[in-house]
Amino acid sequence: MNGFASKATDSLVLLEGAKLNARLRPLAFATLAALSFGTAHAQDTIKVGILHSLSGTMAISETTLKDTMLMLIEQQNAKGGLLGKKLEAVVVDPASDWPLFAEKARELIQVNKVAAVFGCWTSVSRKSVLPVFEELDSLLFYPVQYEGEESSKNVFYTGAAPNQQAIPAVDYLMNEVGVERWVLAGTDYVYPRTTNRILEAYLKSKGVAESDIMINYTPFGHSDWQSIIAQIKAFGSAGKKTAVVSTINGDANVPFYKELGNQGISAEDIPVVAFSVGEEELSGIDTTPLVGHLAAWNYFMSIESDVNDEFIGSWLEFIKNEERVTNDPMEAHYIGFNMWAEAVTKAGTTDPKAVQEAIIGVSVPNLTGGVATMMPNHHITKPVFIGEIQDDGQFEVVWQTAGTVVGDAWSDFLPGSRDITADWMPPLSCGNYNVKTGMCSGQNYE
Amino acid sequence: MIKLAAVVALIVGSLAACLPAGATEEELARGIAELAAAESYADKAAAAAVIGASRHPRAEAVLTALLEGELYTTRADARLVTAADVEGGYAIRDAVTDEALGTVGRRAVSRVSVNNQLRGTLRSVIAGLRLTHEDPAERRAAIAKVGESSDLAMVATLEQLLATEEHGGVRDAIEMAVATLNLDSPDNALRLAAIETVGSNSSAHVRAKLTALAGNAALDETTRAAAARSLDRIEQRVALYELVQTAFFGLSLGSILVLAAIGLSVTFGIMGVINMAHGELMMLGAYTTYVVQTLMPNAIGASLFVAMPLAFLVAALVGIAIERGIVRTLYARPLETLLATFGVSLVLQQTVRSIFSPLNRTVVTPDWLSGSIEIVPGLAITLNRLYILAFSLLVFAALLVVLRYTRFGLEMRAVTQNRAMARAMGVRTDRVDALTFGLGAGIAGLAGVALSQLTNVGPNLGQAYIVDSFMVVVFGGVGSLWGTLTSGLTLGVVSKLIEPAAGAVMAKIFVLLFLIVFIQKRPRGLFPQKGRAAEA
Repeated sequence: MNGFASKATDSLVLLEGAKLNARLRPLAFATLAALSFGTAHAQDTIKVGILHSLSGTMAISETTLKDTMLMLIEQQNAKGGLLGKKLEAVVVDPASDWPLFAEKARELIQVNKVAAVFGCWTSVSRKSVLPVFEELDSLLFYPVQYEGEESSKNVFYTGAAPNQQAIPAVDYLMNEVGVERWVLAGTDYVYPRTTNRILEAYLKSKGVAESDIMINYTPFGHSDWQSIIAQIKAFGSAGKKTAVVSTINGDANVPFYKELGNQGISAEDIPVVAFSVGEEELSGIDTTPLVGHLAAWNYFMSIESDVNDEFIGSWLEFIKNEERVTNDPMEAHYIGFNMWAEAVTKAGTTDPKAVQEAIIGVSVPNLTGGVATMMPNHHITKPVFIGEIQDDGQFEVVWQTAGTVVGDAWSDFLPGSRDITADWMPPLSCGNYNVKTGMCSGQNYE
Repeated sequence: MIKLAAVVALIVGSLAACLPAGATEEELARGIAELAAAESYADKAAAAAVIGASRHPRAEAVLTALLEGELYTTRADARLVTAADVEGGYAIRDAVTDEALGTVGRRAVSRVSVNNQLRGTLRSVIAGLRLTHEDPAERRAAIAKVGESSDLAMVATLEQLLATEEHGGVRDAIEMAVATLNLDSPDNALRLAAIETVGSNSSAHVRAKLTALAGNAALDETTRAAAARSLDRIEQRVALYELVQTAFFGLSLGSILVLAAIGLSVTFGIMGVINMAHGELMMLGAYTTYVVQTLMPNAIGASLFVAMPLAFLVAALVGIAIERGIVRTLYARPLETLLATFGVSLVLQQTVRSIFSPLNRTVVTPDWLSGSIEIVPGLAITLNRLYILAFSLLVFAALLVVLRYTRFGLEMRAVTQNRAMARAMGVRTDRVDALTFGLGAGIAGLAGVALSQLTNVGPNLGQAYIVDSFMVVVFGGVGSLWGTLTSGLTLGVVSKLIEPAAGAVMAKIFVLLFLIVFIQKRPRGLFPQKGRAAEA
């Protein structure tokens, strides 16, 4: 039975169940018929799915990524689109609700028939959509720094893996700032938990004692930071230089930094390095009490390069607001989108399998004057920058890596993942390959 | 790493002898030139040390500008300037002479960047220059800072200051600073005396030094024992302060719970209506604050006082609308009321999302509400929480006054105790119902104003507090104001006592479990209503 007829039959069943008035039934039937016809004929565009929270606790971070994708698609269309067709953006709002992410992903792939999806922020949202993308064999470009321990055939990780953000940040604090006591504070979900496991293992491997590490988790949207910050203050008064490594996500950051300021903890006493706080999260709060606190990213809006100036210029023009900012996940989408476009052009089709093969090895310029390359483990090469918050919400780079760092999906510091490598090129074609036992396991093995 | 602060201090200390004025100018000029040419943070720190050592009257101004991020170099001639934001560019002044140099475009200057380590060094250098500042508070701060520099050469400088200092508080500060520095003294007697004196100083620096001394096997028994004793004194005092602080945190959390729950207690208690939209009424109060601030951007402090009555009114009107529209028609059908008010809460959330935006709105905290106040050295209380605690108690007192001394309060109490009898006595119960609901809602609006200062203002603000409000009301006894106060404060303090040990989430779980067990024993709460009508 073709789609049209089966849809009509289902609708009839629904109408029966709803006990609609006999006169209304044909009218409803006719409307449904018109709608089914409508969706079948829009095949002249290539659809691109945008799966970012536009409401809820993560909206503060994710809304700007939706706008970035719209800009990138508009720019690509101005260049003539892709494979001779125009690109069409399909935007959905999963509302910071993790199960809804999976539903919306399915809707994008099955109903809207998108060629690729750019989306997600929290790792729990990514884990939630992972089975959907693997079942329906579509593509997800994930632009946010995350905890690693994953490499899916259907996901391209354009954000930082721990060795491209967390580890260099800890190295900076240990070597340049002389930190000896560590507070690992995070929101309670998979990303901070796994990152803190990796960091704890890393710190211990560098000789830090267990008593010099304090770990703390809070729920999403937590706003009463009094006790925790008093604890951090007390922990930092033991005579050794103390720093906080923060994996706090979403709008809980706003009351966290406010309370830090209120309790008088300056960045010179106890610096806080955050992995999920960028220009976007800081715009809209007064950053004067935060001056000197740090963030580790692979891009800052304040980095001077011609490509960056151009990007910022076209972004401000697109969004029609001079006060808006650019940040690292936006650069990740920029890189991911350009890599996808190049792979599609190379493969001559948007078919996911072809794109997966074509995209490995693709190199596009990043926004800091270098180049990003897609590696066989579906991660990319990125430079690392450590920046200090300024009083205008921008970051001042205080340290950077000499060149780019290759993203490592499986951390070398965790006993389980030390022996695992990801390589999606033949002959391995596995995201979870154990070099010691020679076996491919976990998700996506063929 | 060079201890630049120590280098500076040595130079500064030795400058107790006068230098001819020309040398000061030269020194300053050399430092300025080095700073303008400096590439790395270490170079900037060295240049700052030279500027500080010159003891030129302008040295402090230049270094403070650098610390605050207000020092720039002109791209054209690499000149050090301070820049103020003006329309379309910067108004620049020469960094040394403060001579106005006109206005330039934004790209014509670049800021001299500072990092944390450099800021630390700058603060030490500036403290050295501020030892003779005219403001005693500045002198005390500078002296305290110098005391923590671990530089013994400063002892001489500080003792010279003591000879000329008249202000009592500053003299005490000098003596403490000298003692702190003398903890590193090679002279045993001096060190022992110092250890005794610093016992009254709870700073982290002193604690670290005493711990090091107590554990240093190279020192003699008396010194180590004395250090251990002083450390004990300090740690006992710190433990006491931490207890006081935890109690304060608990009271402040409790005061918010009380504010949130008291409106619910009024409506639940008097009318037996479960209002699931209570959280959204608080959210409306918070948004009213946001709107008032948008309309009064230049008077943020006053905006809060304007927002309070407005938030009360807005929430009260919405409350009366809910009562008239929904609660009245569903009278004596509690389950339907619960569902209907839940629907109202969803409608209110979506209305706010549509009018404003799904994203959080920024509510600015006025200056007098930010920061903390130091009660004793080592014990600081954050101001916003203190004011909100006072505000809650004020609202509670006002509500008590309304209930006890006004006609309306009398009618409310009558309707609560025996509705039929009150009607027979001529009380217009339907009007009392509407106004009571309005009162409860209005107080929720006031709670929203307080919350806007503490947490993110977004459409979901109410969701975070509705369950807590019900918990407080159920625990305290429905309809009892004193019950709500007691239960709110108790739950707050208990949460905060558990939190350091078990974490924020587990603390909430324990409180909930405790409540469930308590309700088994006393289903009517701490202070249940008495009387035949209530027990009917």
